[in-house]
Amino acid sequence: MSTIEVENLKYRYPDTTKLVLNDLNFSVEKGECLGIIGENTAGKSTLCYALAGLVPHFYKGAYGGKVTVNGLVVRDHEIATIVENIGLVFENPFSQMTGAKQTVYEEVAFGLENMGLVRQEMHTRIEKYLKLLAVYSVKDKNPFDLSGGQMQRVAIASVLAMEPEVLILDEPTSQLDPQGSQEVFEVIEELTKGGMTIILVEHKMDKIAQYADRVLLLHEGRQVDLDTPENIFSRGDLTDFGLTPPVVTTIAKALGIQYPGTKLYPVTIEEFKRLGEDK
Amino acid sequence: MKTFTVREVDFSYSPIIPIFQGLTIDFDSRTTALVGQNGAGKTTLVKLMKGLLKPDKGELLVDGKSISEQTAAQLAKRMGLVFQNPNDQVFKTNVLDEVMFGPLNIGFSKREAEKQAMNALRKVALESKVAENPYDLSLSERKLIALASILAMDTEMVIFDEPTMGQDFAGKEKIKAIIQELKAEGKLVICILHDMDFAAEVFERTIVLNQGKVILDDETREVFSEKEVLEKAFLEQPSVSQIAHALGFEKSFIHEAELIQFLKDVQRLNPDLS
Repeated sequence: MSTIEVENLKYRYPDTTKLVLNDLNFSVEKGECLGIIGENTAGKSTLCYALAGLVPHFYKGAYGGKVTVNGLVVRDHEIATIVENIGLVFENPFSQMTGAKQTVYEEVAFGLENMGLVRQEMHTRIEKYLKLLAVYSVKDKNPFDLSGGQMQRVAIASVLAMEPEVLILDEPTSQLDPQGSQEVFEVIEELTKGGMTIILVEHKMDKIAQYADRVLLLHEGRQVDLDTPENIFSRGDLTDFGLTPPVVTTIAKALGIQYPGTKLYPVTIEEFKRLGEDK
Repeated sequence: MKTFTVREVDFSYSPIIPIFQGLTIDFDSRTTALVGQNGAGKTTLVKLMKGLLKPDKGELLVDGKSISEQTAAQLAKRMGLVFQNPNDQVFKTNVLDEVMFGPLNIGFSKREAEKQAMNALRKVALESKVAENPYDLSLSERKLIALASILAMDTEMVIFDEPTMGQDFAGKEKIKAIIQELKAEGKLVICILHDMDFAAEVFERTIVLNQGKVILDDETREVFSEKEVLEKAFLEQPSVSQIAHALGFEKSFIHEAELIQFLKDVQRLNPDLS
């Protein structure tokens, strides 16, 4: 059984007429990193909510189909049960902070307290994940005194500390500088190697190309395609969906650098270089 | 407004950790990108410029005249700041009221304010959302609403704090067009950015801040050719330059089209390679 299974998922927010998610079908295997791309309003964040159970438990509306995470049918279980299996890092880190805690350390503890972990285990995990996300030095600060970038890393740490099977990251590096962003992606890579399943929503296509095993392309709530980054970014119609491929792919297209015998273009600099040299 | 000068400014939030010591920058009519790692002092600098924070020492001058001689209300008419987090800025219950708030506040008549607001909303392509609650919109749309509400004030200077955050390709294209339009109208445009590709593509001048100091300040092309200095500030070159270097070319590029042309020329001059 796959870690995530989505069957005929349809969803409409309350008091609206348009389906935000329109008949999605896909599965994600354990240890896989699935990238989700699409223009704004394609349904990316709503899909994250549906995987994490906020849809339909918090956001009501019209819901059809079935989402299964780690064998649990999301609709039939309370959020409290679902969060132990799947962790969601919000797009805006302000939304993640509880506002109930005075320090970063306590903020990260919050989720663990709710899980009922023993004290020593909490300390161990908090220290581990604050260090992993390079925010241990601000552990005594008030979360709301942090910079946007630091807050984003604390948000990720607080979800990771719960050690969910599946981690959903909705634009996890939007507030980070290039270095901080790179560090977060390195953490993501480590986590998938360790068997964690990751769902990554990201506008930076070069990062999707580099870190996602497969890419789900959404447009107006519909599933346009689900394939490897090479297949997705070699499509000739990406602009119809308000997207551009990674810069390196655009250049490969202009120069006609392709995988021999296919219509596929490289999506990373390393592959571009290799194919350019072979040629 | 022709110039904005930051002269010998000292500032700290707490006495033991100085943020700026003797910071001097002259902003002129060139569109300017302000880059630097998280914590470099970018947002603090724009808050000082907007008069939201007071310098411990030094002066901030608009066309040579100190902003300390002007009230916050007077400054608000001349300078607009689009916050990084739209939730810090947006507070009305419908989009039109939100975007009209700024112009009304600085003395526009209701009719003028509405006209300005609708114009600004058209620029961000959200004119169809006038009746909606800004908090029912997506974060990226709310960011464009925050941007429109500053544009509607028609200030002589506009500062954007990470406008491309969370924007897709179409959103970035809109922001690019807005910046170019503001420039054409003779306004001062300053933009804090983490997106080096966008900085390279759009801005004439780039300033790199590192630990409260200006370490590079020049034409954008020159700044982004300083690979080592950028790395020291934990920044990277634009993707096109990174690709060129990975392919073994020394030359730096800031536009995609330049690199494509360059590589096509290389292919043509070395036919046995292709």
